Amino acid sequence: MGGLVGYAAYIPYYRLERSRIAGVLGSGGGRGTRSVAGYDEDTTSMAVAAGRAALAGLTGAGGPPGAGGPPGAGGPLAREFVRQLFFATTIPAYADKTNATAVHAALRLPAEALAVDMGGAVRSGVGALVTAAQSPVPTMALLADIRTGLPGSADERDGGDGAAAFVFGGDTAGDSAGAGLPVLAEVIGQGCATAEFLDRWRAPGAAASRVWEERFGEQVYGPLAEAALADALKEAGLTAGQVDHLIVAGLPARAVSRTVRAAGVPAEAVVDSRVASIGNAGTAQPGILLADVLDRAGPDETVLLIVLADGVTALALRTTEALASHRQAQPVAAQIAAGSSALEYATFLSWRGFLDREPPRRPDPDPVAAPPAQRRAAWKFGLVAARCTRCGSRSLPPDRVCQQCHAVDEMVPEPLADVPATVATYTVDRLAYTPSPPMLMVVLDFDGGGRMRCQLTDAGENEARIGLQVEMTFRRMVTAAGVHNYFWKARPIRPGSGKDE
Amino acid sequence: MGSHGIKDQVAIVGMGCTAFGEHWDSSTDDLLVESATAAAASAGIGLADIDAFWLGTMGSGVSGLTLSKPLRLPYKPVTRLENMCATGSESLRNACYAVASGAYDCAMAIGVEKLKDSGFSGLAGSNPPGAGDDGKGETTAPANFSLLAPAYAEKYGVDAAEMKDVLTRIAWKNHRNGAKNPRAQFRKEVPKETISKSPLVAGMLGIFDCSGVSDGSAAAIVVRAEDALRYTARPLYVKALSLVAGPADGLSGTGYDFTTFPEVAASARDAYAQAGITDPQAELALAEVHDCFTPTELVLMEDLGFAERGQGWKDVLSGRFDLDGDLPVNPDGGLKAFGHPIGASGLRMMFEAWLQLRGEAPESRAVRTVAEGRSLALTHNLGGGPGECVSFVSVVGTERGA
Repeated sequence: MGGLVGYAAYIPYYRLERSRIAGVLGSGGGRGTRSVAGYDEDTTSMAVAAGRAALAGLTGAGGPPGAGGPPGAGGPLAREFVRQLFFATTIPAYADKTNATAVHAALRLPAEALAVDMGGAVRSGVGALVTAAQSPVPTMALLADIRTGLPGSADERDGGDGAAAFVFGGDTAGDSAGAGLPVLAEVIGQGCATAEFLDRWRAPGAAASRVWEERFGEQVYGPLAEAALADALKEAGLTAGQVDHLIVAGLPARAVSRTVRAAGVPAEAVVDSRVASIGNAGTAQPGILLADVLDRAGPDETVLLIVLADGVTALALRTTEALASHRQAQPVAAQIAAGSSALEYATFLSWRGFLDREPPRRPDPDPVAAPPAQRRAAWKFGLVAARCTRCGSRSLPPDRVCQQCHAVDEMVPEPLADVPATVATYTVDRLAYTPSPPMLMVVLDFDGGGRMRCQLTDAGENEARIGLQVEMTFRRMVTAAGVHNYFWKARPIRPGSGKDE
Repeated sequence: MGSHGIKDQVAIVGMGCTAFGEHWDSSTDDLLVESATAAAASAGIGLADIDAFWLGTMGSGVSGLTLSKPLRLPYKPVTRLENMCATGSESLRNACYAVASGAYDCAMAIGVEKLKDSGFSGLAGSNPPGAGDDGKGETTAPANFSLLAPAYAEKYGVDAAEMKDVLTRIAWKNHRNGAKNPRAQFRKEVPKETISKSPLVAGMLGIFDCSGVSDGSAAAIVVRAEDALRYTARPLYVKALSLVAGPADGLSGTGYDFTTFPEVAASARDAYAQAGITDPQAELALAEVHDCFTPTELVLMEDLGFAERGQGWKDVLSGRFDLDGDLPVNPDGGLKAFGHPIGASGLRMMFEAWLQLRGEAPESRAVRTVAEGRSLALTHNLGGGPGECVSFVSVVGTERGA
């Protein structure tokens, strides 16, 4: 099986303090916090965030980091390297239309790369992971989820939002004839047990999941977990006592606890579920927890990942020497620490569609039209501007006539997604249509030239200031006429956000 | 090559202007009939005597039929045009050129906008289908113009409280002028405290820093200068007409600092050259400028050459641009108090020049500069926003040069 050559997790900026739930509803809630996707995030945009971070880490032994591209951005080699992209989520932004194509465009992957959704069930996350690991060609697995439930429910309290990305090298990993990317962890064993039973389900379009009594699931999952675990250990040639890191992921909490207890691994090998601080991100949880382990695992350590979702899948990995120098730039722990708990419960409810707020007395936003979006896909999804080969100045959006020297059709593509920028000026628009007023509007000057007016996100209105350092982030701006408008916003560079190194 | 202008070749000999406001009981057609017939009557002619028409409207109708139908004009040339908030001025400019060319003896420029049928706060633009990746229609006009205030304050060392006072005084002055104008949308003086404490709309701009959203129409009759005295004893001779569209690089290139409208400075230079004006502060009797938001008027004072760079705010505070100041600005209340029906505003500005220079403004708001012998007025009309705009400047006067 192929080796892991890159990984990253994405934890959104916002946290909901669970005590705020009881503060409003009078009961429920609990201790700690859960992660919350912003009003302008969806599973697609979070997959892009994780995918960008994973690509940024894909640096071969043979060349400088991000050869040919901006520092830390993952060079053209890394992008050309990926031949398949599998995107797994339970909350796809679209049905019928592939969501992985928007991710593919935002990551600026080559057209020849296959990009497909593995959507619908929580189990599709580990499915994408295992399929990527088994693929003969370099493959990226993206896992993203937004978990909540009806106000006051356990799913609302214990759910979490986030994404994770893993790149497996296929047959080329470690091959000097390939991209020469070092393997960070080898998949050394796998076990699987599939069963049909009613544990958790949701009719398409329903606001919340239904679950059967948890003790029923606990009883069904038990033997399935034992079987999958035994198969994975057997293939890996390991005993439970030799496992250095045990991750048990899954939404059925009782069955997860039982599986941890029954695994027979050393107590210190059991990995914290992070539910207390970020909740359980369902489809993405195995990925986030695996990334969390890879952030700190030493060389030649064994990681056992067990995922409980409509059956049990177990994956055994062994880390390599290369891991220590190729970890993701922003560890899961740092992203957890960087979160903001300022989010009000009412705001959370309105972001998730459980509380409709009076909109401004303004026209509905214009829906995106397909032909212009297709013509400008490189700019709209990839933030690829233009640079004049005569005078070197940048054009945003890409133009044919240089605004500086007026040369016509002398432009070459200029990717800007990974270029830091500074706020030149800003304002707070209290009249504009936005799903979460007020709108923060900034005028950005990119390092190395080029200006853009865009929205500032993951920030309160008192955080906007002239001189603020920002990074670009791919977001769902607004949805009009059933069309999601994906484009880029700026967000403050903070410890735990992408550009802080 | 060059911009030569048509100084003293044509004259305005009649004007009409409706009251501006929330005309729930008037349609676009009603407003057009009212201003068109008033303009013709003021020139002492009938609509049948007008040879060609230029209708400016941003969104209240398309094609010449928008005017020919309500007026039942029989087989006349009618052009409908649009240049954002400078639309009304653009209709005048085109009518003037048509008469100057000799193509027509008598032309009408007319502007109209019916904003209050939409039910929205502020303007509701209609953009062509797009990719949703250029910020078009994302932010509102007050937000775009609000960018001027902090940039100006920072560049010239004006602290935030002082800046708020400057903006408040502009709104206070224009409301004070509007209170003396029966056609204005808002006809009450507003205390400075009410202005400065009004709810925020965008940045440091409150509701009272924004112009009125209103319905209205205004019209002008244009003839050759040599024919003008046949229509009226006091024609307004057109001294300069300048319109420029900027390269719109202020939001994509890093050179723009949000303390000026380069487009306004360019159109003012061109207009002053056409009119032969060297010292606008001393030569103009009044100026009607595009005060869509209070910081716009502040910056315009400098771009139009009424104040030194970085000094405009002091001149505002000193009252230089008040009704009884050295250079009265927006004596009719401006967009702020008169209201801003897009297509009509440029011609509404000209209507105030028409009244003031001809000594027809009510005594309560007649500027003393005219009595003191100045005979020129400037109108300035802007479309777009900081970084991306079109700008129009005209100069008119009651004296015909040699």
